[in-house]
Amino acid sequence: MRTQPIDRAAAALPAETRASVYDGSKSGYDKRTKVLFDHYADPDRLRELAGEVKQHVVENLDTYLPALEARLLANGAKVHWASTAEAACEAVHGIMKARGARKLVKAKTMVSEEIGLEDYLTKRGIESLETDLGEFIVQLDHDHPSHIIKPIMHKNRRQIAETFEKNGLGAYDDRPEEITRRARGFLRHKYLEADVGLTGANFVVAESGRVVVVTNEGNSRFCLAATRCHIVLVGIEKILPRDRDLGLFLNLLARSGTGQHLTVYNEFISGPRGAGQPDGPEEMHVILVDNGRTEVLATECRDILRCIRCGACLNVCPVYRQSGGHAYRSVYPGPVGAVLSPLLLGKRFPEKADLPKASSLCGACNEVCPVNIPIPDLLLRLRDRAHREGVPSPGTPPMGAWAILATQPVAWRSALLAGRAINYLPTALVPVPALRAWESKRTLPPWRGGEFRRWLKARRK
Amino acid sequence: MTNDREAILARVRDALRPLGERAPLPDFEEGVDLARNRSPLADPLAEFTERIRAVNGEVLAGPAALVESLRARGWTHGYCDPALWPVFAPFFGAPFTVETSFDRTRVDDYSFGITRGVGAIAETGTIILDDATSSSRLAALAPWAHVAVIPRSRLYADLPSAVAALGADPNIVWCTGPSKTADVEGILIEGVHGPGFQAAIFTD
Ligand code: SF4
Repeated sequence: MRTQPIDRAAAALPAETRASVYDGSKSGYDKRTKVLFDHYADPDRLRELAGEVKQHVVENLDTYLPALEARLLANGAKVHWASTAEAACEAVHGIMKARGARKLVKAKTMVSEEIGLEDYLTKRGIESLETDLGEFIVQLDHDHPSHIIKPIMHKNRRQIAETFEKNGLGAYDDRPEEITRRARGFLRHKYLEADVGLTGANFVVAESGRVVVVTNEGNSRFCLAATRCHIVLVGIEKILPRDRDLGLFLNLLARSGTGQHLTVYNEFISGPRGAGQPDGPEEMHVILVDNGRTEVLATECRDILRCIRCGACLNVCPVYRQSGGHAYRSVYPGPVGAVLSPLLLGKRFPEKADLPKASSLCGACNEVCPVNIPIPDLLLRLRDRAHREGVPSPGTPPMGAWAILATQPVAWRSALLAGRAINYLPTALVPVPALRAWESKRTLPPWRGGEFRRWLKARRK
Repeated sequence: MTNDREAILARVRDALRPLGERAPLPDFEEGVDLARNRSPLADPLAEFTERIRAVNGEVLAGPAALVESLRARGWTHGYCDPALWPVFAPFFGAPFTVETSFDRTRVDDYSFGITRGVGAIAETGTIILDDATSSSRLAALAPWAHVAVIPRSRLYADLPSAVAALGADPNIVWCTGPSKTADVEGILIEGVHGPGFQAAIFTD
C-alpha cells in the first residue's frame, strides 16, 4: 500500500523511541489536567478568555506592531524587522559583527530553529550554543527537537550518556542527576565566555514593551546575567495588549505546559540593564520575524497564530504519541504543527499537505488548548485546500464503491442484506489479503447492518 | 531592514483588509475571572511558606537560622549584598568566608549568594528580584544556594497583584523554587543552571 511521509516516519520508529514518546506525553497530559481542574472551577472560561485576547491581537496586528515598536524604542531597545528566515539570520549576524562578537548562547527560542540560525552562524565562524539541557543534547547529537517543550522526549538516558561520553563530557554515566551536573558545569562557563545571549519570547507586551521569557532551568536567566548583549528573536504574533493579560497567560502557560502553578523563572525584560546593576546586557535588540506568518494571517486558518507553544496539544494527541515529533518533519510537531508547518511554507504548502491528514479529528487538542484554538476545524480547512490544489493523497482508502452504494437506495439495501453473510462465512477464507491479515489479529463484531432502517420503518408506522 | 518593516506591515494590512468586524479585546476582572479555587490562609506569610516548600524551597527565620542552615550543609564560601552585610556579618564567624562583590571569573567558588529581593508572591511561593534592588544577577543565580531578603510589606497575595506591581525596572525576575529540569526521561532534577536551593528571609 502507498503511504504518506508521516506514516512512513511513524512506522520506522524504533520501539524504544515510541515508548519514550508515549510515556513522556501521557504523563505531561495527566499532570496538566489535574492541576488545571483542581485550581479553577471553570478552566474552559479561562481558555476562552485567553483565546479571545489573542484572536484580538492577531486581527489587529496592524496597530499592535507599530505600537510595540514605539514602546521598545522608548525603552532603549533597538528594533529590527525580518521578512524571511534569511533576513532574520542576517539581522543576528549584523548585530554580532558590529560588536565584533564571536560567541552566542541561546535559550528558549524555537524561531532560531525555524530560521536555521545555527547553520548560518557556523558557516560564518560564529559559535552558537543551546543552553536548555534538552536542546543542548539535541545539538550535540546533530538531531532535532521532537517536542515543543520537551525537546528530547524521544531519547532515553542511555542514549544521552553515550552522547556525553562521545563529546568529552566525562565517562559513561547514565544517572539523570549526573548528566545534569555535567551540563551545569560545562555550560556555565560557556555563558560567561559568550558575547551575546539570544532568547525567544513567550510574550511581548505592547503597552509596556516587556519581553517575557519563561524557563524552568534558569538558562535564559543565565544568558541575561552573563552576556553583554541581548537579542530577542520573536514571531510577530507573540504580542499581548496589556501587562495585566500576563496574569491570565502565565497562569495558563505553566499549567498547560507542565502542570506547574508557575514556571520557575519568569523574566520581564524591558530594556538594557538598570543603572548600578553590574550584570547583564548593556544592549538589547528585538528582531520581529515574519517568515510566513503574514501568509498565515491572510488565510482562514489565522486562529493558529494565537498559539502560545505550550505543548499541551502534542501531549494529548494520539497520533503524536504513536509517531513522535520527527515524523512531522518540521520545527513545530503535533497538532499545532500539522496546521502551522504547512501554512508557514506559503506556496510550498503541498510539501507538507500530508500533515493535516495525520489526525483522527478526535478534538482532544482543541479541548486542552489554553487559547482554545479549533485545531480540528483548521485541519479540515487545510485538507480541503490540499484537495482543491490537487495534492495527491496516497494511502487514503478509495471511497468510490462506498459512494455508489450510499447514493443508490436499492444497491444499499441489497448490500446490507449481503453483508449479513459475513456472520456465517469463515472469514479466514475471504480472498482479500488485507482483510485476512486484519482478521488474524481481531474478531469482527457481528454484522448488524440494516438495523437502523428497520427501526426507522417501525417508527414511521 | 526598513524595507522589511514596510513590507511586513503592508502584508499585515493586506491580510486583514478582507476582515469585516475585527475581534474585540475582551475585558476581565482579576478577582472574578482569574479567581482560583483556593482559600488564602489568613496569613500570607504562612501561605508563602507552604507554597515555597511545595516546590522544595524554604523560608528561613532570620540571619541566625540562615547561618545554621549553611553550616549544616557545609556551604561556607559565599556572597552577600554589601547593603545587607552590616546586619548579617555578626552572625558569620568561622568557618565562613563571605565576599561582598561577586567575581564572575570564579563563579564556582561561591556556594551561596545572599541578595535583596523586591517582593514575593504568596500563592506561588515566588521570590521577586529586580535590577535596582538585587545587587548582582549572577550572585543570585550561579551559586548552589540563593537566599533573598525581602521586606514583608512587599508580599503580594497572588499573581495578578504581583503583575500589577511590576513597575518600571528594566529587568524583573520571578523565581519559584530551585532551578529544575525533567528533560531526561521526565525525572525531576534540581539545580540545572541556577540554584539547587532557593530560600527567602522576610524582614519587617
Ligand atoms: S496549539 Fe494550543 S495546545 Fe497546542 S501548543 Fe499551541 S497553545 Fe498549546
